[in-house]
Amino acid sequence: QRVSVEVLDHLEHLALVDFRDAEGVQRLQKAVQFADQLQEVNTDGIEPMDSVLEDRCLYLREDDVTEGNCTKELLENAREKVEEYFVAPPGNIPLPKLGERETFLQGS
Amino acid sequence: QVAAALKEGHVTPTELCQRCLSLIKSTKFLNAYITVAEETALKQAEASEERHKRGQPLGILDGIPIAVKDNFNTAGIETTCASNMLRGYISPYNATVVQKLLDQGAVLLGKTNLDEFAMGSGSTDGVFGPVRNPWSYSRQYKEKSVPKSHSEDKEPDWVITGGSSGGSAAAVSSFTCFAALGSDTGGSTRNPAAHCGVVGLKPTYGLISRHGLIPLVNSMDVPGILTRCVDDAAIMLGSLAGHDPKDSTTVQDNFKPFELPNLTDVSKLSIGIPKEYHAPGLSSEILALWSKAADLFQNAGAKVVEVSLPHTRYSIVCYHVLCTAEVASNMARFDGLEYGHRSDMNESTESMYAATRREGFNDVVRGRILSGNYFLLKQNYEKYFIKAQKVRRLIANDFVKVFRSGVDVLLTPTTLSDAAPYMEFIKEDNRTRSAQDDILTQAANMAGLPAINVPTALSERGLPVGLQFIGRSFQEQQLLTVAKWFEKQVQFPMIQLEEVKKHDHGVFQHQKCA
Repeated sequence: QRVSVEVLDHLEHLALVDFRDAEGVQRLQKAVQFADQLQEVNTDGIEPMDSVLEDRCLYLREDDVTEGNCTKELLENAREKVEEYFVAPPGNIPLPKLGERETFLQGS
Repeated sequence: QVAAALKEGHVTPTELCQRCLSLIKSTKFLNAYITVAEETALKQAEASEERHKRGQPLGILDGIPIAVKDNFNTAGIETTCASNMLRGYISPYNATVVQKLLDQGAVLLGKTNLDEFAMGSGSTDGVFGPVRNPWSYSRQYKEKSVPKSHSEDKEPDWVITGGSSGGSAAAVSSFTCFAALGSDTGGSTRNPAAHCGVVGLKPTYGLISRHGLIPLVNSMDVPGILTRCVDDAAIMLGSLAGHDPKDSTTVQDNFKPFELPNLTDVSKLSIGIPKEYHAPGLSSEILALWSKAADLFQNAGAKVVEVSLPHTRYSIVCYHVLCTAEVASNMARFDGLEYGHRSDMNESTESMYAATRREGFNDVVRGRILSGNYFLLKQNYEKYFIKAQKVRRLIANDFVKVFRSGVDVLLTPTTLSDAAPYMEFIKEDNRTRSAQDDILTQAANMAGLPAINVPTALSERGLPVGLQFIGRSFQEQQLLTVAKWFEKQVQFPMIQLEEVKKHDHGVFQHQKCA
């Protein structure tokens, strides 16, 4: 079962990464095919495993402030900033829909 | 040995540092280093020299030059993960493991090359170019290679280092440092260790802190250790292991650094040979070597048994799903706002993110992000992600069963063959290659078990081949003891590099081990 253009478009929106070209799409198709092999394994009655350390308790430290005050260091690596703010372009504007944006999927 | 030399004043830390730095320069064609921190290294060496003069070295690692894979944060030094996304990113902090080494007085020479974001098994897919295996230039390899008819004598048919910690492996193998840090998610430390003829240790998940290691797969990543001999690996492990409050996935058990005994009696050992590791594509040379190793143990009195890990062949598919899923999540932090590359696109937050990620990531990374997102879609979650997690438990249980049956350590090959020539390797794409090459190393990451590559012999082409030992959780002492015994039996030859001969290598020649 091939992945539909709607799903591919959805993925580009979710991941905010583009397929770039036919090869990119092919790569996904092959990846899905490859992963389908998992269906061969019988996993009845088996619980999913999140971590190999599942039998242990996670360490929780005391809720005390032990470090911080490093605003200057943290801002150093940002390209756009104003005073102590990271500056982003306007939010709440969704990526243009399939028909309108520049994406390889347009041709599909 | 070199630590002793430093202590006795045969050589000073600054001399050592300078020799390493100049060796790095003369082996530049290997492309093992992305960043060489010359100034800070010399300063660290000077500080170490002061301490040695006062007779107060911080420990065995004081003054020892080391290299760190470029996906560990190093304060004040560029950390790129071999990606355009992080070019120019100067870390504001040291990864815990880096800090630990510096606290012990180690001298950080630089950051080593890797596959972009540690995704790959060749160290060929980073933006700074591929890493060349130092053995490509060894006398041993040159003797065995057929001279090309159209004489391209200056450019031998160089071979890859394996990956993704290829730069670190090449650095250790070419004597430019005494130990290096790598990372291991699917075999990324053991694979290049095997191809470069060095020891590559993957510790138990949860033993060494991942704080500061730019994550790939949170549930499988571990920092890896690359050295020229097993004793050195034990020393490094001793400095790095232990609970870190900054990494809640490190266990709270008390870790005691250990020295490895010189095992002479292996009769109480039980070595398991998992039959599924006779994987399709395993070269007959390696198969023979594996067999010979098993016989070696048997003849020395150990109990050698064939065991079965029935779900081995699904580990790559399982890894494929879990890895891409975690990658999709971990790569989401790269949006250009707080650090790293930022696109000039300014119309909206989303379009800026999309453009930044389009410009910053290579095909491999983008491919994995998209696949990961696919497997995590609501309609696919159960079928792929949850399913893979279940298969993971089956794989981990296979190991539990085998170790419970009395086996102490498993012996397997590390790679399917010796290092491939670069021109051959790039004929297949990254995913195919990773799927092929990771098959022998991946399951240990799935189960969180410690594993180590020990260089064993040279192949017919004059290239290193290693064998892997997999141990029980947190039983690094036993694992390394067995590895050390094996290392002593096989007497792996030292690489004979012309570049190294050119330098006054009184220190290097007999310093196989630090």
